Amino acid sequence: MRRMDSFAVVAEGVRKRLGATQALDGLDLTVPEGTVCGLLGPNGAGKTTAVRVLTTLLRADAGRALVAGFDVADRPAEVRYRIGLAGQNPTVDEILTGRENLEMWGRLYHLGRATARRRAGELLDRFGLAGDADKRVKHYSGGMRRRLDLAAAFVLAPRVLFLDEPTTGLDPRNRNEVWQAVRDLAASGSTVLMTTQYLFEADQLAHQIAVIDSGRVIADGSPDELKSMIGGDQIDLVVRDAADLAEAARVLAAAAGAEPGADPDARRLIAPVRDRIGALTEVVRELGERGVAVEDVALRRPTLDEVFLSLTGGKPEHDAGEQGAGKQAVGKRVAA
Amino acid sequence: MTTAIAPVIPRSRVQRLYWTFADGCVIARGNLVHLARNPAAILNLLLYPIVMVLLFGFVLGSAMNVAGGGDYREFLMPGMFGQTMTLGVMTTMVIVTNDAARGVTDRFRSMPISRAGVVLGRAVADMVNSVLELAVLLLCGLAVGWSWHRGLGNALTALGLLLLLRFALIWVGIYLGLILTPESAAAAWMPLMPLTMLANTFVSPELMPGWMGALSEWNPLSATVAACRELFGNPGWGGDSWAAAHALPLAVAWPVALTLVFLPLSARRYRRLAR
Repeated sequence: MRRMDSFAVVAEGVRKRLGATQALDGLDLTVPEGTVCGLLGPNGAGKTTAVRVLTTLLRADAGRALVAGFDVADRPAEVRYRIGLAGQNPTVDEILTGRENLEMWGRLYHLGRATARRRAGELLDRFGLAGDADKRVKHYSGGMRRRLDLAAAFVLAPRVLFLDEPTTGLDPRNRNEVWQAVRDLAASGSTVLMTTQYLFEADQLAHQIAVIDSGRVIADGSPDELKSMIGGDQIDLVVRDAADLAEAARVLAAAAGAEPGADPDARRLIAPVRDRIGALTEVVRELGERGVAVEDVALRRPTLDEVFLSLTGGKPEHDAGEQGAGKQAVGKRVAA
Repeated sequence: MTTAIAPVIPRSRVQRLYWTFADGCVIARGNLVHLARNPAAILNLLLYPIVMVLLFGFVLGSAMNVAGGGDYREFLMPGMFGQTMTLGVMTTMVIVTNDAARGVTDRFRSMPISRAGVVLGRAVADMVNSVLELAVLLLCGLAVGWSWHRGLGNALTALGLLLLLRFALIWVGIYLGLILTPESAAAAWMPLMPLTMLANTFVSPELMPGWMGALSEWNPLSATVAACRELFGNPGWGGDSWAAAHALPLAVAWPVALTLVFLPLSARRYRRLAR
C-alpha cells in the first residue's frame, strides 16, 4: 500500500449514481500535498460530483476517498476542519459588507469574536479587498465576489481547498484576479483541487491535470506531459480525388505508425507524427511516387481544444474516430 | 502578524450544545441584518398588515356578518393574526430554497458546524420576524377598534398560541424548502393563500356550505384563531362542532403534532442531501 500521508487527496474507484446517471464511474485520483490539481472535463463529466464527494457533501456508493488523510465517509468531521470549499456560485451575502461576511464565516468556524475579526482583516488584505472591505457585497464586481468567496473558504487556512469552476462567468480581468489569488494560495502551501472546463485555465494554474469524462479520469499528468502525449504535431493532408483516399491512408499510416483519422467528405486525412519533418518528407515522396495528387498538405500542431475534445470523446473539426480510439492508449501512457 | 487560527473543536456534550446556540445566534443575526438593511422588506412588513386590515376590515367587512353577532373587525383581527403566522411559512420556505440554490447550504454542510445550529439560526430569525409582524398587526388592530377584553394574561396566552403555530410551521417550511426549487417555493403562495381562508379566519364556518364549513372547522389554523378569539374575548368563537368546542386544546395539539411530524422529516431530508 502506498503511503497516504503525502497525498492531500486520494480517491480509489469512487462510484456515485445520481438518479439515472452514473456520475462517477470508478474515479481514481491522487493529488500530492501542496500542489494544484486541475480537474478538467466537459459539462456532465462528473467534476462537480467528484468535488461533492470529496468535500463530504455526497456519500459515494462505492470506492473510498481520503482527504487530508481522513476517510470522507468515516471521518467527515475531521475532513471538514481541514478543507475549504468555494462552489460554482459565490455564497457571499450581498447585504453584508465584505468584512461582515468574513467575520460571520470566521465565527461559524468557531474562531471566537476577536479572532474572527482579526482573521477577516488579514484575509481582506491577502485577497486584495482591504479597500472595499466595508462596502456591501452587492456593489462588488464578479471577480471581487469570487475572491471574497475564496477568502471565506480560506478562513481556517485549510490544507485542501476545493474550487468548483472558480472563474466561470468572469471577464478576463476578473479571471486574472482570481487566478492570482489561487496561485498565492498554492504558494502558501495549500493543496488546491479545482475543476474547470478550460484547458487554458488548467494550464495556467495546475501542476497536474486530470482529464475526467463519464465519471472517470481518462488522462492524468502534468500539463507538459499531457500536451506532448496527445498534442504532438500532425500531418494534415487533403487529396484531390476521393478515390485516392485509401491509398493515401496507407502511405500516411506507414509514415505515422498509426491509422490516420479520415474525413472522406473533405477528402482529408490526419495523423499524429513524432518525427515531424522526416515523416512529412516521406509522405510527400511516397504519394508522388504512387501518383496520388495532393491538394494540400501541412504539418501542424493540434490546438489545445482539439486535444481536450479528442480526449473527452468529442469530435473536433477534422477528427474521424482515430483519436478517440487512441484515448485509452494515451491514458495508460500518461499514467504509467 | 498572522493570526493563529485555532478553531474551537467542541468535544463534550455541553460544549456542543453551547456552540449549537452560538452558531444559531450568528446565523440568525445575519438574517436579521438583512431585514434591517432592506427598506423594501421593512415597508412590506409595515404595509402588508395595514392594507389587509383596511381591505378586510372596511372594504369587505362592511358587508360581513359574524355568526352569533358582534363587530366584524373584532372578529377579523384574530383571523388576520393567524393568517399572518401561517403565511410566514413562505418566508421559511423561500429562504431555505434560496440557500440551497445559492450554495450556502453546501458551504454549511462542508463546514465543521453543528447542523442543529444552522436550523436553530433559521428558527430564531423566523420567530423574531414573526414577532415583529405580529406587533405591527396588533397596532393596526388597536387602531381600527379591536382590543382584548379578558385581561393581559389571556391576551399573552393567545399571542403565545399564535407563535406556537408559527414555530410548528418552521419545520413544514424547512421540509418543503429542502424539496422545492426557489421558483416552485414562490408559487406555493397560490395553494397556501386559499388554505388560510378555508378556515374561520375571515368568515364563520357556520355560514359556509356544509362540507366547506366542516373542512374549515378542522383546519389547524381555525383551532388557533378560535382559541385566540376566546382568549381575547372577541366575538365568533365557539360553535356546535367538536373542533370548535375544543379550540384551546386543539390550538396546542395541532402545532405539536405538526412539529412532531415535520421536525424529524426535515432532519431526515437534510441527511439525505448526501445521497
